[in-house]
Amino acid sequence: MMLTRILSGDFPRSRILALSLLIVLAGLALAPFLFPGARALNVAATICIFILLVASYDLLLGYTGIVSFAHTMFYGIGAYGVGLSLYKVGPTWGAVFMGLTIAVIVSLALALVIGLFSLRVKAIFYAMITLAVASAFAVLASQLSDFTGGEDGRTFSVPEVLRPGFRLIEAEVFGTAINGKLITYYLVFFTALALFLLLLRVVNSPFGRVLQAIRENDFRAEALGYRTVVYRTLANCLSAVTATLAGALMALWLRYAGPQTTLSFTIMMDILLIVVIGGMGTLYGAAIGSALFILAQNYLQALMRQASDGLTAVPVLANLLHPDRWLLWLGVLFVLSVYYFPTGIVGKLRNLKRS
Amino acid sequence: MSEPMLTLTGVHTHIGQYHILQGVDLILPRGELTVLLGRNGAGKTTTLRTIMGLWHASRGALVFDGSDITRTATPDIACAGIAYVPENMGIFSDLTVHENLLLAARDGEPDKARLEWIFGFFPALKKFWNQAAGTLSGGQKQMLAIARAIVEPRKLLLVDEPTKGLAPAIIHSLITAFRELKAMETTILLVEQNFNFVKSLGDSVAVMDDGRIVHVGPMAELSVDLDLQQKLLGLSLDTHQ
Repeated sequence: MMLTRILSGDFPRSRILALSLLIVLAGLALAPFLFPGARALNVAATICIFILLVASYDLLLGYTGIVSFAHTMFYGIGAYGVGLSLYKVGPTWGAVFMGLTIAVIVSLALALVIGLFSLRVKAIFYAMITLAVASAFAVLASQLSDFTGGEDGRTFSVPEVLRPGFRLIEAEVFGTAINGKLITYYLVFFTALALFLLLLRVVNSPFGRVLQAIRENDFRAEALGYRTVVYRTLANCLSAVTATLAGALMALWLRYAGPQTTLSFTIMMDILLIVVIGGMGTLYGAAIGSALFILAQNYLQALMRQASDGLTAVPVLANLLHPDRWLLWLGVLFVLSVYYFPTGIVGKLRNLKRS
Repeated sequence: MSEPMLTLTGVHTHIGQYHILQGVDLILPRGELTVLLGRNGAGKTTTLRTIMGLWHASRGALVFDGSDITRTATPDIACAGIAYVPENMGIFSDLTVHENLLLAARDGEPDKARLEWIFGFFPALKKFWNQAAGTLSGGQKQMLAIARAIVEPRKLLLVDEPTKGLAPAIIHSLITAFRELKAMETTILLVEQNFNFVKSLGDSVAVMDDGRIVHVGPMAELSVDLDLQQKLLGLSLDTHQ
């Protein structure tokens, strides 16, 4: 009963999927204790933030059928909002909340304007409009270098409790220091978890049902009495605000806001790929896809180095598995996963159960 | 005589460069089932879509229950009380039967007594209540499409070729459903090619040709007048099944 409420009645509906989700959840919840080291913790935090970011994009693409390329713009607004506020005002919680509030308002306003003016047009035109707006925003962030730090971005201090030097207790727990970095990690983890569950509630609400109806056939949804432009715009706003919050979390985690970590088109492509690999229209796909993608992005190169070193006697294979070719293999993995899992990993696992 | 439920006066509809409806005049009396007949491409579906606001009339007027709906947006027309069952059924295949009906009910769970009434003639919907609508058979999808239109009382039902491609047993269920709706004095505009299906159901009939209404009269009259059938449709409706 409790679990039904937490998951809004949207169960994984596949044992393998449920097990995979539990592994991801447990792995992230216990990451600081299970995988010591700055790199592992950074990977875990990035997974948490990407789960939220990709889930918010899935609300648009998977549930509403809107193709947008402006998602990283909202992500960037969140990061820059908090980052620049901390940079200008100083490392206080007041600055964090002020930056967050401004970022959310700017995102909402932009999402509303883009939505109301553009969601009436055909999908491809909407995608092009968002691409243009996002590109303009990225250029603006780069050009206003006095304010944003330009291509270098801004490094800033965070409130004391989130700094690595801060110790909550002197003693270590399971060999891990309870410091500001750990507190920041759990701030990221629990915020991402809470917002993910909130999104799960949204997609399983009457509002979410209308979004799915619009995705399938917007004329039919209109004929049932639903103003599709209003619903699409609301979904756009909700998705934008969630992406903004994900951006703010990333800024707090990195203590840095710059174009490469938030506004780059590469991140937008990563989000798209994760949604497709995980399974469109399934928020659980965001969790599984993000975990696999970020892990591959961070560890595939190391794994290939080991394989290449072990196969030095086999010249062609050793060369093929050279760590410099990790992007090629990542690409091959994507092609294979899209070919074998056209409905995404979550869709495939659920269909396996059905068949 | 009471005010008609729907009046179309000189309605013209253009789709791109094509002039489909060329001055449709049609009156739907309250509580009656009107059958709209005509050859393929005569403009029957366009008439329904124009009433629903999915294509706007370029000229003419549509008055529904005393209000002008000529320029009204589709969602407002639906909320005013017109339900539309398109030819392709238009169900949401990723959603369950229950979710499809919830969407149509608009304000939360549908009335239980009304649901039981619907299950009376469409029992398959109860059986597949939590199943994705896309996995239903063609007949079951049609049942769902009609159930969605009547899950809440509506003033006017627009139904486009409900029997197309369906098995006789399913058609029998549909006949029962329309009889029940008629008994409740629901106003219905039914586009249909299966004359045996509409012969016993229709109160009145309108025949379209080339985007115009070319005949209006009682169904009972047309169903017995073979000469009129020949004149209007080029064949006897008894053989038009």
